[in-house]
Amino acid sequence: MFGGRSMSRGTSFSGGMPETPFERAGIEKAIVQDKTSFLRMKEHPWLSIGSFVLILLLWEAVSRLEWVPPLFLPAPSGILSEGWTMLKTGLIFKHVFTSLSRILSGFLIACLLGIVVGILIGFFSIPEAIGNPIIAATFPIPKIAILPLLILWLGIGEASKVAVIVLGVFFPMVINVYTGVKNVDPLLIKAAVSLGSNRTRIIKKVILPSILPMIFAGMKLGIGIALLLVVAAEMVAADAGIGFLILTAADLMETKKLMVGLIILSLLGIFFNWLFKRLESILIPWKQ
Amino acid sequence: MRVLIDHISKVYTDRHGEVTEALRDIHFDIGENEFVVVVGPSGCGKSTLLNIIAGLLSSTSGQVIFEGIRTDSMPHTAVVFQDFALFPWRTVLRNVVYGLEELGLKKADQLEIAKKYITMVGLQGFENKYPHQLSGGMKQRVSIARALANDPLLLLMDEPFSALDAQTRTLMQYELSRIWEETQKSFLYITHHIQEAVFLGDRVVVLSKRPGRILDIVQIDLPRPRGEHLIVEKRYLEYVDAIWGYIKNQARECLEEGP
Repeated sequence: MFGGRSMSRGTSFSGGMPETPFERAGIEKAIVQDKTSFLRMKEHPWLSIGSFVLILLLWEAVSRLEWVPPLFLPAPSGILSEGWTMLKTGLIFKHVFTSLSRILSGFLIACLLGIVVGILIGFFSIPEAIGNPIIAATFPIPKIAILPLLILWLGIGEASKVAVIVLGVFFPMVINVYTGVKNVDPLLIKAAVSLGSNRTRIIKKVILPSILPMIFAGMKLGIGIALLLVVAAEMVAADAGIGFLILTAADLMETKKLMVGLIILSLLGIFFNWLFKRLESILIPWKQ
Repeated sequence: MRVLIDHISKVYTDRHGEVTEALRDIHFDIGENEFVVVVGPSGCGKSTLLNIIAGLLSSTSGQVIFEGIRTDSMPHTAVVFQDFALFPWRTVLRNVVYGLEELGLKKADQLEIAKKYITMVGLQGFENKYPHQLSGGMKQRVSIARALANDPLLLLMDEPFSALDAQTRTLMQYELSRIWEETQKSFLYITHHIQEAVFLGDRVVVLSKRPGRILDIVQIDLPRPRGEHLIVEKRYLEYVDAIWGYIKNQARECLEEGP
């Protein structure tokens, strides 16, 4: 009944209406199109793989046909077989483990320091007043420039290499944590206070979980810097490590070995990125 | 137990030395098991008042006094905020036990108390969900359970249903009325919604526009339990009308003055 009434009213309405421009032009209907469809990016998985393979094949051809001397650009197959021999002789492991232990010890120390200092200067006014200008003054110095000073202080051994990584990773971490603490939702702190938390409890139960995403962002930035600095430090003074491997290979014109070193660095970077993504999804389950 | 809001005034001074008077001489009390609602036009300092009573802000003059309690500890209040203020990294259950952890209760006791209030607000089966998995109405239920679990002397609610859609809001008003009857605690409820104030309150404190002053305190003599049937009753509508009479002009002046 309701439907019938509204329909009869509809027809009487359109009967009395003057002609619209569309009707005059003789257009009866037009279908609405999604005008934002260009915003959706198509995925091209085969293009990604295909282009990668194609570049490798081209590279292989260029080297095989000796358009470029293999001494400057060895073929991918040659680099692979060189890598395989280095794996079998165990030479690779020595260098990778040496570099990794430097990276990890420096990285872990820097993360811990960065988190502690970041929370202190973010949450307490006196550490903030003392710490902020010191950080602002030392942050812009490229850390590799401090390496000679560190070698002078700590000697040529492990300590100076780890120290330069600590310095490099500390700054992005401390700045991320500090920003994170400053951006903690004040409402959550109010809620915690009203539920009986004191200051130290708030740091543990509100600040720390709030800044976890920022800590991970700092770790992702930091690991890239750690890779860069370990190679640089090993090129200055070392008897093992990926940086040492690359530099000595270049000195001896062993281009394949040099390339293996670069591939290891690429793989390490990819691995750490994957690792941090996994850790993040495990440790931050409340993020969709 | 009685909470005395004793001549509270609040003046804000910003960085440029500009002075804003938020509250002027607010004086009323909240009795044992009483549901008091503060209603006023937006920007009248209602939330400022609540924060002062909750101990989250200092007043410029005047005090909040809890009478008839042991005085060896800070008076115990809990707050339900407009934007829920749930800890996103904690599940429903872990949000509700938050205050109990701070009180140092045993794990088993924490769980027992939390279960009781989760059931009271009707969230059984959602204990292990994270806040982002819940609707607005459910989030506010968690927040109410968390506040009640702490067994406060006074429960403070700061426009708790303003972030909800109109239908959910109405249902939550019925729920809250039932929960108050079940718990028999003192509630202080802040809102700009007059119907809500009359529906929920034993007394309604009507505030003016900024600086917030008390225009009147209206005793609401409507039977309990209150439910759907109430909102068509003549007495209810008369109370709503009377309070609207106070606020109408205040709100209009606000509108014309701008912020």
